[in-house]
Amino acid sequence: MASVAALRALRKRISPSFTSRIIASTSNSRSISTLVLAEHQGGAIKPQSVSAVKAAKSLSNDNPISLLLAGSGSALHEAAANAASCDPSVSEVLVADSDEFSHPLAEPWAKLIHLVQQKGGYSHVITASGSFGKNILPRAAALLDVSPITDVIEISDPHLFVRPIYAGNALCTVRYTGAGPCLLTVRSTSFPVPPILADSKSNEAPITQVDLSTFGEDSVGKSRYVKHTSQDTERPDLGNARVVVSGGRALKSAENFKMIEKLAEKLGAAVGATRAAVDAGYVPNDLQVGQTGKIVAPELYMAFGVSGAIQHLAGMRDSKVIVAVNKDAEAPIFQVADYGLVGDIFEVIPELLEKLPENK
Amino acid sequence: SVGHDNNPPPYTQLAEHVLLAQQCQCRFQLSLTLLLTPDYPIPITILGKQTEQKKETMKIMVAIKRVVDYAVKIRSGVETQNVKMSMNPFCEIALEEALRIKEAGMASEVVAVTMGLKQCVDTLRTGLAMGADRGIHVETSGPLYPLSVAKLLRALVEVEKPGLLILGKQAIDDDCNQTGQMVAGLLNWPQGTFASKVVLDKEKQIVTVDREVDGGLETLCLDMPAVITTDLRLNQPRYATLPNIMKAKSKAIKKFTPEDLNVEIKSDIEEVQVTEPPKRKAGVILSSVDELIDKLKNEAHLCADQAVASKE
Repeated sequence: MASVAALRALRKRISPSFTSRIIASTSNSRSISTLVLAEHQGGAIKPQSVSAVKAAKSLSNDNPISLLLAGSGSALHEAAANAASCDPSVSEVLVADSDEFSHPLAEPWAKLIHLVQQKGGYSHVITASGSFGKNILPRAAALLDVSPITDVIEISDPHLFVRPIYAGNALCTVRYTGAGPCLLTVRSTSFPVPPILADSKSNEAPITQVDLSTFGEDSVGKSRYVKHTSQDTERPDLGNARVVVSGGRALKSAENFKMIEKLAEKLGAAVGATRAAVDAGYVPNDLQVGQTGKIVAPELYMAFGVSGAIQHLAGMRDSKVIVAVNKDAEAPIFQVADYGLVGDIFEVIPELLEKLPENK
Repeated sequence: SVGHDNNPPPYTQLAEHVLLAQQCQCRFQLSLTLLLTPDYPIPITILGKQTEQKKETMKIMVAIKRVVDYAVKIRSGVETQNVKMSMNPFCEIALEEALRIKEAGMASEVVAVTMGLKQCVDTLRTGLAMGADRGIHVETSGPLYPLSVAKLLRALVEVEKPGLLILGKQAIDDDCNQTGQMVAGLLNWPQGTFASKVVLDKEKQIVTVDREVDGGLETLCLDMPAVITTDLRLNQPRYATLPNIMKAKSKAIKKFTPEDLNVEIKSDIEEVQVTEPPKRKAGVILSSVDELIDKLKNEAHLCADQAVASKE
């Protein structure tokens, strides 16, 4: 009691700014608990969201992780069951079932994060930094009046993060000093998960429904989902592929780009492209690798007819092995390539196709 | 182009040039203009004023940022002294889109706004030279994070009451990709991020946005007022012409301070250090495809069968 009185007396004497700093530091040292906003598709949670769980685990050893899934219908509940066993460190799965969440519209989803955060008092909210997370998380941060941190590649301590700036040409370490929750989007290639997860059926987390009775209606209806157009492809997803074969302007036409696709098929690889190739209409834009496209870090990245502009390098420089084939020996891509081959891609690719061992 | 029909007739544009040339007492300017535009009919009443008033009163606000030019190779510690600065490429696209909407007769005014040091006025002038009607500069010192920018933008939206707020999807210096989403959240407006196509329906007060998302395109329909952030493929920004650069000098730029707007600039994040990314070890140049296949198999421990096997 005496100490409380002494503290109270002390508080009266010290300046308000000092007090707020004390409050901030106590909140920094409070226990860590994380809410991971997960994306799901076809009854399973997406690999990027499992990476976000991995990032959450690296915050501290003692970190209860809650996974938040929203949507509607049976696919949601199937995904929730899948999420409950996706990682032994998941302590709870929260499910928000409502028609408002059947499409990933930022307005209701940001409000949902706000609602769940207010109830759960999490110290961190994490999501993968794909187009889904980047759309929703900053909006939720504004509702919570906190600064979000985008594209985290390293978690040094619960409030110290490393993120790339200037198209990956510099790494910036930022400290979160706010008293509110810390909202992060994490680069999934920096928090890789083993492809086959340990069988953790024995360790299934409980699934709880989110009480949506206090969910306001005021943002609903301001935006409506119309449609989604996607390219159907049997190749692996660009963001998670172990091998990526990409082409640039030098391919000259959509027709020629098919060579890249053939090579990718042979290697079981995903296809990537530079902005030039996308702008010229050789391939759809969701295949663009770079600062403004996808960030990939496969085991093998093969660049054909890619000059290696800063903006492209930003999207692939963390690949384990980079192979570049280009006519121009001075092309900047050769400065990052582990193996370079100066030559005409129209000769090299057919030769590779011929000489690479047969698929199956 | 589609928007061209709604442009003021060429002679008005020319009249403005003539007026400008007269103001500048620069006959060379006039002859240059005539020389560059031989197709324009010779104006009879060159100083005749355009009397037709547009009924449309929607304003579009565009936020632009001054950043290190995209082509500059960043040096250690991110040197920003004596480095070429330009308008963020995504902001150029945002401004271009606003101008096209105005030229299609769907908006009456395009207001370009920027926040930051006093040098940001140069970037704002570039925006005015592209065709924005007027500018607003909120002068601040020191680092400005997206949360503060979003709060300043909200305050400006409350002053200007635009029907659309268009921003770039990200600044190429901090690569945050946050401001548009945050200001939409603060205003409780719907958001159309990473837009590659924007279609406005003036009657219904809705805007349809195609968004570039992982795995394809998504189409959303937003009630106005709304916030839109632009992706690279939305449009091809125009260049500012010399006459327009001249004209931009006389366009109004209103100054605000954060205090004027009742926004306190504080931050809950702090930059600890900026370092260079790890360097990749030097690679080797191979001489043949056979060598490449061999390297992939033996040194990189990767080859087709392995990749295929791991996929299965």
